[in-house]
Amino acid sequence: MSESNFKVLRAGINTTYQDLGRKNLYHIGIPFSGAMDNRNYLIANSLVGNEKKTPVIEFAYQGPLLKLKGTKTSIAVTGDVIFNILRKDSQQEKGICYQTYSLEDGDQIDILTTNKSVYGYLAVSGGYNVEFFWDSCSTNTKAKIGANNGEKINNGDLIFVQKSENNVSNRKINYVNSKIEKLRILKGTNYNYFSEEGKKNFFNETFNVSKLSDRMGMRLEGPKIENIVDSNIKSEGLIKGVIQVPADGNPIIMLSDHGTIGGYPKIGAVISADYDKLVQLTLGSKIKFKEVDLFEAENLFNLYNLETKNILDQIT
Amino acid sequence: MIKNISNLGDSALYCDFGKEVNKEINSNVINYFKNIKEKNINGITNLAPSYNKLIITFDLSLTNFNKLKEEIKNIKLKAFDTKKNKIIKIPICCDKEFALDMEKLETKLKNSIEEIQANFFAREYYCYMTGFIAGMPFLGDIDKKLRAKRLETPRVRVPKGSVGITEQFCNIYTFESPGGWNIIGNTPINIFDKSNTSNPALINPGDTVSFFKINKKEYENWNERK
Repeated sequence: MSESNFKVLRAGINTTYQDLGRKNLYHIGIPFSGAMDNRNYLIANSLVGNEKKTPVIEFAYQGPLLKLKGTKTSIAVTGDVIFNILRKDSQQEKGICYQTYSLEDGDQIDILTTNKSVYGYLAVSGGYNVEFFWDSCSTNTKAKIGANNGEKINNGDLIFVQKSENNVSNRKINYVNSKIEKLRILKGTNYNYFSEEGKKNFFNETFNVSKLSDRMGMRLEGPKIENIVDSNIKSEGLIKGVIQVPADGNPIIMLSDHGTIGGYPKIGAVISADYDKLVQLTLGSKIKFKEVDLFEAENLFNLYNLETKNILDQIT
Repeated sequence: MIKNISNLGDSALYCDFGKEVNKEINSNVINYFKNIKEKNINGITNLAPSYNKLIITFDLSLTNFNKLKEEIKNIKLKAFDTKKNKIIKIPICCDKEFALDMEKLETKLKNSIEEIQANFFAREYYCYMTGFIAGMPFLGDIDKKLRAKRLETPRVRVPKGSVGITEQFCNIYTFESPGGWNIIGNTPINIFDKSNTSNPALINPGDTVSFFKINKKEYENWNERK
């Protein structure tokens, strides 16, 4: 076989193929999906010389252990990730994020864990050869759509690499992921459903990210946010970053694979500029909310976009 | 026709069509949905129509709330031919092993199984929206005598194909999923077919659905018969 492949010796906890996700399908119940941390996704593809729509591998906490079979291949890892390159001759190199590595037949990459963050990305020059559904490879395990028949990557799978003309190497940038202390939010459409004390708690107190968090949503625990109107609304659409509060008073933030319809009141929505940092909050993290207005949120997004562009412009 | 447009976060329009849930308001939502979808307005990334709301998400690097709000307010609507809406007949097997909550419903509704089933199968239902999970139709209205609350503790896994009722609505679980509706039977039909990329959902907003009862044997052989 002329095509190179990676054998999955260890899949990791939640390893999937992702790209920019799929649009215009909310009305049939299909969310955006796509890479959770969009900036790190874009940097990964850019480092290895790919178009921005190219499939990458996303992993959460523990990543995969992969062995290359085939010709010389460039890879890059982004995020805050601890990994090693194991050469065929048993030499071990400690991996550094945001730089390319050239792998040869028999070499392995061992992605041990993300560091104080949830998601990391592994891109390969040329991209992975996977199936697309509605213009996206993004794996949505709930609807069973996307690459790998909508399933996570499993032990023993073979990951095929698209042949690439431009096998870039020796690219690196200096980039440090910053932590977020206060998630900035806009008030939601049911903000007035909550008691004065509940609203005060929401903006002044600290919340913990619960272990019941995944690509669909992030559950928070903290002081109860009391509802004084109705703990149910007529079911309606949901969006990425929207914060629902069910009857138990604990907020849930909808993430990229969210159910498209929900019936709990919406207290707020995380601004777009903070989404990449929101998804990187690990289980047990502490977080506070800060209110901004629409004008500020739009300016912060423009700033975020400009920063991303500047980072990508450094890569040549 | 839209009562109010507000922002939901920094990159979505929240269009409110009124408080009630009825066919008239919902037809209005669907009409806007179809018109906006057809116009391919720059920056729009998704449309989520529901009973009485329409959420429009957009790419903040291509447009913004105030700009898009004006475009939506001034949109010229054309009427869509509602005759194109389908009438779909769905077989359900109501054997005990599928009708997970029928016994509880008898108590809740103070109605016998026979009465509940006769009532349920006698009507046609209107599809208000699809979603939550891929292709799940939200249908209504069921008879007043059949209206029950959700389960107090939702199931972690509702089997694929389950038909559930709650309040004025019924639905079909297109995939195995968590859920709290009262399950009265199961359909062997595949409601969501991802291989049909242009029209994966069998039931779409505006369609009419009626159910008919099949026995266990028919259920088991349903997909071979075709």
